Amino acid sequence: MGPILETQSLGIKFGGHQAVHDVSLKIEEKKFTSIIGPNGAGKTTLFNLLSGQLAPTNGSIYFRGNDITKLSPPVRTRLGIGRSFQLTNVFPNLTVLENVRLAVQSQANVRYQMVAHFLHYKKFIQKAEALLDKVLLLDKADAKAFNLAHGEKRKLEMAMLLALDTDVLLLDEPTAGMSLEEVPAIIDVIRQIKEEGDRTIILIEHKMDLIMDLSDDVLVLFHGELIAQGTPEAVAANETVQSAYLGGMYDEQLT
Amino acid sequence: MLRHMNKGTVIYLLMFLLLTLLPLVVTGRSMQFILIQIFVFGIFAMSYDLLLGYTGIISFGHVMFFGIGAYSTAIMFDRFEPTVGYLVLAVIVGVVLAGIVSFIAGILTLRLKSHYYAMLTLALAGLFLVAAEKWTSFTGGNDGFTFGLPDILRDSNMIYLLCLISLALLFFGLRRLTASPFGKVLMAIRENEQRVESLGYHVLHYKVVASVVSGVVAAYAGVLYIISLRFVDTSVFATDFTIDVLLMTIIGGVGTLIGPLIGAGLVEFAHHWLSGLADVHWIFERWIILYGTVYILVVIFFPLGIVGTIRAKLTRHPLRKRNDLKGVGS
Repeated sequence: MGPILETQSLGIKFGGHQAVHDVSLKIEEKKFTSIIGPNGAGKTTLFNLLSGQLAPTNGSIYFRGNDITKLSPPVRTRLGIGRSFQLTNVFPNLTVLENVRLAVQSQANVRYQMVAHFLHYKKFIQKAEALLDKVLLLDKADAKAFNLAHGEKRKLEMAMLLALDTDVLLLDEPTAGMSLEEVPAIIDVIRQIKEEGDRTIILIEHKMDLIMDLSDDVLVLFHGELIAQGTPEAVAANETVQSAYLGGMYDEQLT
Repeated sequence: MLRHMNKGTVIYLLMFLLLTLLPLVVTGRSMQFILIQIFVFGIFAMSYDLLLGYTGIISFGHVMFFGIGAYSTAIMFDRFEPTVGYLVLAVIVGVVLAGIVSFIAGILTLRLKSHYYAMLTLALAGLFLVAAEKWTSFTGGNDGFTFGLPDILRDSNMIYLLCLISLALLFFGLRRLTASPFGKVLMAIRENEQRVESLGYHVLHYKVVASVVSGVVAAYAGVLYIISLRFVDTSVFATDFTIDVLLMTIIGGVGTLIGPLIGAGLVEFAHHWLSGLADVHWIFERWIILYGTVYILVVIFFPLGIVGTIRAKLTRHPLRKRNDLKGVGS
């Protein structure tokens, strides 16, 4: 089987700054791929290109062999590429349950129904509650999203992504800014999705132990360029990667 | 049937029923006229709030839809017979024209940032005003013209009932619209457009539909307004009306439907009483100055408006125990 997601010499320029440069990558279906790289390496920009928030300056993106370079974000979501955001991106004045319910509603393809009352779709609410339960947020279901603590917003973000039920999950630093106690819950959720085995997960993370533990494949970005791709062990052993990015850091973490 | 109604619906229905009985108690001509104005501007303000409060779109030219409805009715009665048949035709013409204009304004600008829509609607409203002034053979220009009404509407009680029933139907209709899956997406767009897109919704479609629905309802308000006046001139395209409904919506509470109605009531009564005080002090004749003051005070101290502030007080405890689905999304 071919790769589910593929890019060919993908690049984007902001003014004179080449944020992503000539990246050609292949993501295998139902694998867990991590993207690592120092701050400013273009990881989130690459995600924005994959999910359609940004249009590339050059190159193209293929999903299941079809060119999706010109498609808008909602169309890509419907095709099966869902994403979460690094900077929390929810609906602040709606309740936590409503945030997730909207994602469930989109997944169920109820988009332009203007006549029925939204409570008519009871199963949406049940599904949203089940997802909130999964990310350990059910007790906050009636709170407004802006009242949540940062870590809780990250969980909400995760529940909304899961609600979309997409084949590809783009996770942009799901544990960023979380307190240490909250991290294991989110990692458990990610591990659970991985073990269900029916989704392709692409993860941006800085937590090395997490990446080493979960990834089938690791991509290393440096100054917008893809400098290595391989199994976690191979990447860790790769000298270019060590000199460019990890330096002595990775050894320190191991010991 | 009753089983499906919640407490709010019953209360609103009772209020509308009480209002139908009001003409038996309140008989004064001018008081009845004020009530009719409140109903008409209530409808207009609700349509405005569908854009401002629910979808988060700012329009500075909303009055043009109002004016389109007003002129199509007046011209229809003037050119043809003032009968119920032509009234229906006038409503259809006004609503279709308003729909087309709002659709065009929507697809042209709603893909851009919100202030472009505000600018374009302001410009279009100006254009309609100039057209109404210059096309004198059709519109009577600045002088305007009077026209007859269908026999059934000669009695002002009938106009009162027509406006009240329209208000009630549109209120419940829009209430259902805003509680539908579609309406829920509108509110999400107000909160975070980009996120709605990444959930798989085409934001532009929603905004254009909201803009068309809002324009159509505003046109219908214009029809009722001109029937209650029996006279039309270019003032129905004046920006003052847009400012009025903006004030009504903000005082009453953006993002609610009952808010604009309360706002319409307050602004109309204030307008009436303050103008009546002109003999006491000249400042009351310049009630627009007081308007401005109230506007500033509301924006600073009650940004949520009357209904919004009350509602925020009532839902101060978001962590209360969940026992049913009552609190969902409200």
